[in-house]
Amino acid sequence: MKINTKFWLTSLAATMMSSPLAAQEAAGIDQRVNEVFANLTGPFVNLIFAPLPGTSFPWIVLWLVVAASIFTIYFGFVQFRFFSHAIQLVKGDYSDPNDAGEVSHFQALATALSGTVGLGNIAGVAVAVGIGGPGATFWMILAGLLGMASKFTECTLGVKYRNEYPDGSVSGGPMYYISKGFKELGLPGGGILAIVFSVFCILGALGGGNMFQANQAHAQISGIVGDYPGWITGIIFAAVVFAVIVGGIKSIANVTEKVVPFMGILYVGAALIILLVNYDKIGWAFGQIFTGAFTGLGVAGGFVGALIQGFKRAAFSNEAGVGSAAIAHSAVRTKEPITEGFVSLLEPFIDTVVICTMTALVIVISQQLIVDPTTGNYMLNEAGNAIATIDGNSGVALTSAAFASGISWFPYVLAIAVILFAFSTMISWSYYGLKSWTYIFGEGKTSELVFKVIFCVFIVIGAAANLGPVIDFSDAAIFAMAVVNIFCLYFLMKLVKKELFSYASRLKSGEIKKFAH
Amino acid sequence: MTAKIVIGLDGTDTGERALAFAKDLASRVKDCTLLVIYVIEWSPFTFQTPEENEQRHKRREEEIELANSRIVAPAVEALKKAGFKASGLVRHGDVAETINALAVENGGTQIIVGRASAGGFSKRIFGSSTQNLVMHADLPVTVVG
Repeated sequence: MKINTKFWLTSLAATMMSSPLAAQEAAGIDQRVNEVFANLTGPFVNLIFAPLPGTSFPWIVLWLVVAASIFTIYFGFVQFRFFSHAIQLVKGDYSDPNDAGEVSHFQALATALSGTVGLGNIAGVAVAVGIGGPGATFWMILAGLLGMASKFTECTLGVKYRNEYPDGSVSGGPMYYISKGFKELGLPGGGILAIVFSVFCILGALGGGNMFQANQAHAQISGIVGDYPGWITGIIFAAVVFAVIVGGIKSIANVTEKVVPFMGILYVGAALIILLVNYDKIGWAFGQIFTGAFTGLGVAGGFVGALIQGFKRAAFSNEAGVGSAAIAHSAVRTKEPITEGFVSLLEPFIDTVVICTMTALVIVISQQLIVDPTTGNYMLNEAGNAIATIDGNSGVALTSAAFASGISWFPYVLAIAVILFAFSTMISWSYYGLKSWTYIFGEGKTSELVFKVIFCVFIVIGAAANLGPVIDFSDAAIFAMAVVNIFCLYFLMKLVKKELFSYASRLKSGEIKKFAH
Repeated sequence: MTAKIVIGLDGTDTGERALAFAKDLASRVKDCTLLVIYVIEWSPFTFQTPEENEQRHKRREEEIELANSRIVAPAVEALKKAGFKASGLVRHGDVAETINALAVENGGTQIIVGRASAGGFSKRIFGSSTQNLVMHADLPVTVVG
């Protein structure tokens, strides 16, 4: 609260005296916020991204990939076997007309998607390709395909073990399936693990679901209107988010929820147009992606660097194994929890395999990354930690420049898209964070208000801090959720297998059938 | 001859006129039952916030309760008082599709609805529920003006 008041006062002061002194003071605030933030989060970030002994490979990346591979094998490639069934479920082929008016599979999927499709697909991919080269795209797609199995596992459990209250409202997510599932299996420690997950989920909500969004939205706006202090964007965003989550002004959220899918379609449409115009380069771009995946094409860290970036950004974008989607999906009304698992496996597919790949292809095709003409490899920037780009762009600015090379006015549309995506992701994550918060501190007006205010304060900090520390903290917090979630999923996956076996046999025997609509 | 007349209400005056017409018709048929339907416009393909999803089940119950107490129950009550055999149903969905589906499901012999009560831009493009019902219904439809 104290920090918030301070920001408001400083904002007022800066508006009143637009002198060079005030501007200097304003820049100073950004710098101070950045320093304090980087120092505070450093040890946590280092722990999560610690490399495996004797290598430069972060253990957390291996953790996610191994889990996704195990789930894929354990459930017999469920993401491919039930892919078309998932689409039929979303279409409503198996929905009982008597349940009309409840949350549909489509709605649960769309809500979860609006929390994941966003900056991860636009800025995150640019970070992956900018550091890991085009080869990172290959690993990103692979991670997306494998991640479908992780998502299936967690969302099935999310619906199966949610809490249903007497008034008909529901609360679900990893904290509920960890505590209830462990109890059912007679395993100890479920209660503690659920709380640890909730703590990380709150940090994830404040990091990736908030600060990263605010930060990149500011980068996008200042790229168009010119540079200005980040905390100003932060305060504006915080005020709007505050109005929605505290003030209950539903109209803003409703408008966003309706505009965001439209923006998503527009984004994919623009990418497709650029790809169609440059259709002769698509083959070359895929060539770069495949060659880069195994050789690195000169990027820092070679092909392992490409792999790490690909997996990291895919996980950050589609959140498979993180557990966040299980919170969003648990609201669906279904007699068969596993049907929501099937539907949720479409999420990493749409998010990563389709949208992220589009972004990566546009960046590669637009040739924003500088190639050394003599070796054919990518040239590194001065710092040697990323590929040199034409205008020195990185993150969302790189994506923006790539789209601008095909459609000159697109950066303006992209700026609006980024702001809306950032906003809808914040709204979704404020909900995930809140659910974890109330799991620990109990439900109640005051408890909820405290979290919501903290959430808004972090928007300001996120917009003011530099991309480096923000992205590190965001990744670390979200991956910390995956540490607990996946650990627990290993114990709980046999419960999902039982459901899968029962459902598959009933589907085969015709007991579960389509409804005539 | 036995008949089951399905009346689609929309909570407006035209619905009332449809009801009056159905009563008149039913009184001329020897063995006739009346089924009053109110459909709450709803689509499974909309976009909602996580909070809306969380509260959805509760809202649905409230919507059904409201439609029943305000529109369907009073209409059924009035029909019974007037000596008709009548029952009522409330369901969510696309208005035209759902009225047709419920009419078929419940063995209806014909459908009576009021004409479109509102105009507007979207109606010009997509047509009204009444128009859609007339075009796609599996039973004879009477539209009361």
